[in-house]
Order: sequence, then structure tokens, then C-alpha cells
Amino acid sequence: MARAGSAGKAGESMADEPSTNGEKKGLAALVEEAREDAKVLKEKAKEEVETLKQPQKTQLYKSIFRVKHDDSERSRALGVLSNVFFHLHPAKINRDAVRYAYTWGMGGITFYLFLVLTLTGVLLMFYYHPTKGQAYRDIIYLMNDVPFGRLLRNMHRWAAHLMVIAVWLHMFRVFLTGSYKKPREFNWCVGVVLLVLTLLLSFTGYLLPDDQLGFWAVTVGTNMANATPILGAGGPFGMQLGLTNYNDVRFALLGGSIVDANALLRAYIWHCLAIPIIASVLMGLHFWRVRKDGGISGPAPVMLESEIKPERKI
Amino acid sequence: MDWHQLWEIVSAPDNVPIVALLFFVPFYAWYGFRQARENDRLIGQLEADPQLAKTHHRKIFPWKPGWTKEVHTWPYLMRIEFLAAIIVTVLLIVWSLTLNAPLEELANPNLTMNPAKAPWYFLGLQEMLVYFDPWIAGVVMPSLIIVGLMVIPYIDVNPLGAGYYTWKQRKFSIATFAFGFIVLWLVMVVIGTFIRGPGWMWFWPGQTWDPSKVVFEPNRDLPDIFHITSMLGKGIFGAVAMGIYTMAAWYGIHKLITATPFNRKIYARMSFIQYITMQTFLVLMLLLPIKILIRHLFRIKYIWITPWFNV
Repeated sequence: MARAGSAGKAGESMADEPSTNGEKKGLAALVEEAREDAKVLKEKAKEEVETLKQPQKTQLYKSIFRVKHDDSERSRALGVLSNVFFHLHPAKINRDAVRYAYTWGMGGITFYLFLVLTLTGVLLMFYYHPTKGQAYRDIIYLMNDVPFGRLLRNMHRWAAHLMVIAVWLHMFRVFLTGSYKKPREFNWCVGVVLLVLTLLLSFTGYLLPDDQLGFWAVTVGTNMANATPILGAGGPFGMQLGLTNYNDVRFALLGGSIVDANALLRAYIWHCLAIPIIASVLMGLHFWRVRKDGGISGPAPVMLESEIKPERKI
Repeated sequence: MDWHQLWEIVSAPDNVPIVALLFFVPFYAWYGFRQARENDRLIGQLEADPQLAKTHHRKIFPWKPGWTKEVHTWPYLMRIEFLAAIIVTVLLIVWSLTLNAPLEELANPNLTMNPAKAPWYFLGLQEMLVYFDPWIAGVVMPSLIIVGLMVIPYIDVNPLGAGYYTWKQRKFSIATFAFGFIVLWLVMVVIGTFIRGPGWMWFWPGQTWDPSKVVFEPNRDLPDIFHITSMLGKGIFGAVAMGIYTMAAWYGIHKLITATPFNRKIYARMSFIQYITMQTFLVLMLLLPIKILIRHLFRIKYIWITPWFNV
């Protein structure tokens, strides 16, 4: 507002000038006029530079961040609550819950690794065709010719492995702290599904380089699907139900009876699209439920055996 | 001792996560149990002194009367998250710069890899293939693990130990989970990675992976030991043997969950459905170590043989 006001004043004085200095004519007058204009501009610029010293008051800053950033309690809370990326956090948490010793940070690390994998994965998609023959060449090209291609592929691979480890340790911690107990039972179940999805994400990605390692790993894996009871041709009661290698559950997974071009495309779509979307939705649910179930489970005050309340029957 | 072979397995880029697990899991187990021990000591103190229990803040962390119970997320939590993100990123970049992701030859259906291994996190399942038919190891067991994990919150009726590390108050559940996670899952992964060589044969660490190794392992089935030869006889015998196992395991687990007064107190809170569900999953879970043991000790492959499936 201050800027707009001063700019208005400057405009007025400019409009007044010709009438007060009406008798002066010619070159000298023009020079004088230009000098006056320059002076006004300089004043304006000075004022504007002053406002830059307080960037938080600019229209640009306010339009992006909505609230000011200072040391007050209110602003600290708003900084979290009014930010779409941060608002999964509560404004305040249990003072001991920030201790690394309690959570090991594994849930957050898992999520962060998912973000890293999404980013590196999208970049990898620029260089990859899910077609037999081309896929393997793409990886060779990626590793030898694409700038930072090798680093990109390595980061995607190792982040995936690290994510599996982080998920396991997260589950281990949640179990050890009894964090699945009431009211968090359902969120534990969502977590189990997310654990399975993490493994499936990693597994579907294994086939994509179309090398011997992925081919045989997926062959071994999908042969187990062939052995599914009732649904697989090689499993118990499969034959009796009329299943063959061309209509059973493995056929549905691979789009064929062996790991070939269709399997590569299917693995690609599951890996890059379907599972990440399902996992993202469930992650949203998982995080939302953490908040709704009362935030992070502890460290809670210890409960004594003598304090067990009698159970409530329905 | 073939050090070269050992190094080749341990340093294979895809095996690095398991080597990491060998450090991570014991460390975090220790880290958790150390806090459990401190909490248990505090619980013991509070139980002995009811007056203290009324005034104590009941945590192992320091607390002073004037302190607020809560702190602002910004900056106290978010700085830690930010720091964790930076540390993970740095670790990941260093790891990616020093170790290349493996890439084998172009996929070739005519050239079988030996050993053909699943990704490391599934090697526990692949190792189960030694002890069970594929439909059990590859389909039933994974389904049971997933469903079994999901029912945990609904069958664990012990109200204690929610939100803090403890051992004393949750001995049975923690021991069961640790057994399942560490022994039945992680140890199997480690065996599948480091021990299983060509032909999925057992090679001790440091033993050369000889693709032409032939081991004479006379696989017998339990009915053979009792000289039962007819198909019908095998079917009936197997069903009886499985029935005896189920009853014995059921009885053993029941004894265990009613062993102490505290356990009996928790047991009394269980509904019939909760009890049946828990018993079913634990009996099935115990089948795995039992089959591992009879396979390695007595070379017995199947207990129950029918025309449709073998267990």
C-alpha cells in the first residue's frame, strides 16, 4: 500500500510541473523537465529497493506463502498448517515424539525414498522402451552414453533396495512399540498392503532391463503363480478344473505362457503406472489415518499391569 | 576355504542390501530392546511404589515440571526430517557412485541361469521351495504371511505396551514376531543369498560353488519309514500325522499362552474367534521350522501324500 501511495503522489507532481514553469521554453526547459522526471524515478526506485529489504511484505511473497514467517507461535503453527506439503504434520507434537530413538525415522525415510524413486523413475522413462530387443539396448545406452545415466540407474536400483529395508525396519519398530494396538489396527493393515506393494514394485522393476537376472527371477516368480491352487494349471485341482498354461493365472500375469514381449509391457505398466498409483492412494490413507488415530503412537507413558481396565464386551 | 568365492558373493552389488541388513537388523533390535529394558525397569519401579506411579511422568526421557508437553512441528520435527532426507540422499549418491547396478547378458530363455535366484527380498520364499511344493511355498505361505500380519492387531488383546518399547509386558507377542521376522524371514533370506549355490545346493560360506556338485540326498517321505506303500494308505497316514501334529502344536501353544498368571489374564480377555484365529496361524507358522528340521535332520520330504497335493 505504501508503494502505491507514493507512486500516486509522484504522478501528481509530474502533472503539476508544466503549469508552474509555463514561461520557460525551448531546450533548457526540456532538459529541466527530463531532470525532474529522472529525480522522481530515482526516488521511486529508492523506495522500491527499501521494500525489497522486507520481502515478506511484497505482493509476490504474500501470494505464494499466504502467511508471514516470524518467530511467533502463531506463525510457526501456520507455517505447517497453511502449507499443502507440510500440513500432513500436526502443528504441535508430543515433545518426546521427535526423538530418533523412538521412531527410527523409517516411515519417513520410506516415503522420501518413494519420492526419490518417482523422480529417478520418471527420468529413466525418457530413455526406455518396453519392447523386446530395444529395452536391453536402452539400458546399455543409458549406462554408457546418457549423461549421468549410470548414476540415475544406480540411484533408482539402490533406492529401491533401501526402501525395502526401510519398510521392513518400519514394520519391526511399529511392532516393537505396540503401535498397531487400538485405535491403529486398520492402519497397520494398510501398512501391510503397502509393504506388499513395495515388494511388488521392486519385483516388477526387476524384469525391465530384460537381462538374464530379471528374466530368470521373474520366470521363477511367475512359475509359482502357475502352481496356485485352483487358479494355476500346475497347482492342486488346476488340471481337474480344466486349466492349461494358456488360460491360468500365470497367463494373465505374463500375457503369455513364458516371459516375453507381453510380459515386459505388462511389468512396465504395473511398475510405472498401476502400482505407484495404488500405492500413492494407500499412502495418502496411511498418513491421514496416522493423524486421525491420534498422531504418532508415542512415546506414551508406560501403563502398569494393575491399571488394565476390564474389557468391554459389545 | 575359498576366500575368492566368499568375496564374490558378499560383494555382489545386489547382495549389498543383505550385508547391510546383517548390520541394520541387529543394531535396531538392540536399539529397541535397550529402550525396552529401561522401560521395564521404570515399570518395575512404579509397580513397587504406587505413590511414585501417581506423580511420575512415566517415560524414560527427562522431564521437568515447567516443560511444555508438546513442541512445535516447525522447526523441531521438520528439521529432523530435513536432516534425514539429506543423509539418505548423500548415502544414496555415494552408494550409486561407488557401486554399479548389475546388468547381465540379454535375456535368453535357452540359457538357464544357475542358480536362478529371485530378487533378494523374495529369497526367503524361494528357500521355502526346498521344504514345500510351489503352491504352498509360493502361494499359500505368502498369503498366510500377509493375512497373518493383518490379523495381528485383532488377536493381540494385550492392552499393555501400546506406544512404548517393552519386553516384560509383551513377552509372547514380541518373541513370536521376532521369531517370524528374524528367524523365519531374514535368516531364510540370508541362507538363500549366501548359502544356496548352483542347483540350489547348500554351500557353506567359503566353499567353492561347484556347478557339477552332486549330493546324494535320499529324499524319503514319512510314510516310507513306516513301510506304507499304497496310495490310500499314504493319504490316510498323512492325514493322521498332520492331525497329530496340529493337536500337539495346538496344545503346546496353548500351554505357552497360559504359562504365567499374566498370560492367563490376557488369555481370559480373548474371544473364541480370536483364540481360534491365533491358534490356526501359529500352528501353520510352526509347520515351517518343523519341516525344515525334519528335512535336514531326517531327510524327510513329505508328510502327507495325496494324488492332488503333497505336504
